[in-house]
Amino acid sequence: MVPIGNYLFLSLALFIIGVIGVLTRRNVIVILMSIELILNAVNINLVAFSRHWANVDGQIFTLFIITDAAAEAAVGLGIIIAFFKNRETVLADEMDLLKW
Amino acid sequence: MSALLEFLKTYMWPLIFAVVIVAVLPLLAGYVVLMERKIMADMQARLGPMRVGPHGLLQPIADALKLLIKEDIIPENADKVVFWFAPVISVTAAMLAYSALAIGPFFQIAELNIGLLFIVAVSSMGIFGIILGGWASNSHYSLLGALRSTAQMISYETAAGLALVGGVLLAGSLSTREIVQAQHGGTWYVFVAPIGFFLYLVASIAETNRAPFDLPEAESELVAGYMTEYSGFRWAVYFLAEYANMIVVASIATTLFLGGWLRPFQGTPWMDFLDFFPPLCFLAVAGYCFYRTPKQPEPIQSMVMALFGGLCLLLAAAMALPFVPAFAASKPGLHGAFWFLLKVSLYIYSFMWIRFTFPRFRFDQLMKLGWYFMIPLSIVNVLGLGVYRVLRQLQWSRWPAFVLTTGGTLLVAIWLVWNAQKKAAAPSSVGDMTEAEG
Amino acid sequence: MTPAQISQYAFYFFAALAVVGAIGTVTVRNVVHSAIFLITSLLATAGIFLTLGAQFVFAVQIVLYVGGIMVLFIFVIMLVNLDVALHQMQFKRRWWVAGLLALALGGQFGAVIYYSRAGGVLEIPAARTGALSPQNVQQFGLALFEKYALPFEIASVLLLVALIGAVVMTKKRV
Repeated sequence: MVPIGNYLFLSLALFIIGVIGVLTRRNVIVILMSIELILNAVNINLVAFSRHWANVDGQIFTLFIITDAAAEAAVGLGIIIAFFKNRETVLADEMDLLKW
Repeated sequence: MSALLEFLKTYMWPLIFAVVIVAVLPLLAGYVVLMERKIMADMQARLGPMRVGPHGLLQPIADALKLLIKEDIIPENADKVVFWFAPVISVTAAMLAYSALAIGPFFQIAELNIGLLFIVAVSSMGIFGIILGGWASNSHYSLLGALRSTAQMISYETAAGLALVGGVLLAGSLSTREIVQAQHGGTWYVFVAPIGFFLYLVASIAETNRAPFDLPEAESELVAGYMTEYSGFRWAVYFLAEYANMIVVASIATTLFLGGWLRPFQGTPWMDFLDFFPPLCFLAVAGYCFYRTPKQPEPIQSMVMALFGGLCLLLAAAMALPFVPAFAASKPGLHGAFWFLLKVSLYIYSFMWIRFTFPRFRFDQLMKLGWYFMIPLSIVNVLGLGVYRVLRQLQWSRWPAFVLTTGGTLLVAIWLVWNAQKKAAAPSSVGDMTEAEG
Repeated sequence: MTPAQISQYAFYFFAALAVVGAIGTVTVRNVVHSAIFLITSLLATAGIFLTLGAQFVFAVQIVLYVGGIMVLFIFVIMLVNLDVALHQMQFKRRWWVAGLLALALGGQFGAVIYYSRAGGVLEIPAARTGALSPQNVQQFGLALFEKYALPFEIASVLLLVALIGAVVMTKKRV
């Protein structure tokens, strides 16, 4: 049995890499993908605790998070396509229509 | 060292099966191609390949050798790593699916709790081979083919998945073995859920990118679609993946709808003479081979023909083995594999028949069929099968329940078709889906 | 090798793969390569679910995440022409501030996890009695449709909303 701490450290590593991706990359698609990484890290935590406490609830929350990720990806990518059609760019710091 | 030995001892049979499948599948795919060419020739009143070996029996081997020694071309500005890796993804996904399929009660690599879901999951990854290959080739035809393929697969995977859900609902299990055993004694699910079977048939043709849904590689529009820039052995790997995928979907349909390895009429005692069918079938093929042997034009072809006849005799002997009392235990395994492969061949034959019969769809027609007909109907189908199950639990007999649910689903199907025709008659704007191509 | 040992080795293998994939996702310049790295990471995570005995989540991860969401991502990447983006600056200008902040956050979380080890200050209580049944799908289904039936329905409404939102968003005139 791998102790639960190892799973938590793995999840932490993925989470931090995802956060760094969200904060530093300019391309919105990569930012969205980094968010998927973060959600994935949360999933690992949930399933690890589900086994640790011998309770299937954690796995069910994983399902909800994956559903959420699907919804988020659909809407997010829709926004990206709409924006690309209008402004011909996918860089986050050029999306400044609300600034003046 | 001892740990390794112990590992090998524990997992001996799965490992052997895995090696057998990896070794046999390319050969099988090659012969499916030969079968396709022969059937196509027959339907078009031609002879098909006749030169290499008697009746073209050695054609797949010659083709494989030719493809192996062709020059390996990578287009300029192609993404080399991805270009190299994409066909491998395709073929790996196709082969992985066999790790959970049961070809007969004994011949199975791993009995999984999530069997069918696992197969669907890993075979859905084959799409990456297509998209990435199309993208990495750095060619417009390839990219367009890849985009079409993606849209098509996403649309039809839903319908295929929902059609499978119907079957799983009836069996009450996801494990391939339990699904087949649930059909033991009862009727095969194709007779309980004919509409589900039809939906899966259509969706699986679309998912394997075969005519009439072969838009991703439509040669009159896109040269060869995502495979345009591929040649030689890499192209052969893609081809292998396509045919391996065909065998996978045929195996899934066989498991779920056609009773897997079960013999037809298992519950009817007077039909037990069907037990003699496997050896007699091979015996008949062997007899035909020996009959044709002296008529071959070249001595070498006669030799190959005789060899092939001998092989069939050997198989007939193997199929007759269970009738020796000492080896009676081998019957389910041997005959199960025979029936399973026979049903898989019939399913693939229907694929080919459809391919040679129907003209290719237009892309917007394909999308309309997928989203306006297949997906709604497959949802209604799941609902209908759920009602069927409930009615059976309420002690209804089979026929009223069947007529009620399947009739209801059929009515919905007719309404969908009628609705679509009414819409097509009225002048309408161009659909949004055509835009996705550009 | 016993099955327990195999799953232990499998964990370390998949963990390494997941981290390498994640690092590739955020550092590689080409977006398609980035997506390929992310797929690797997600598949490795699916493997980790398998070592935890969550077979159904493993399958859902592959079907939905890898076979659905990532295909969508690659589809969109190919729809929007990114040749220009390849030659532009990859990271934001003050990326090191963000990096430091993220590392500080990671340090905090790491400390908490370190103290939660067996015998630590914040020790995670040991498993209660009872175990997860090997019939993972059945257990999962029962819990999902009995205890969590309402959240399940709400999730489906969420998906419907997202569907409509995506369609409206990508219509010709917004």
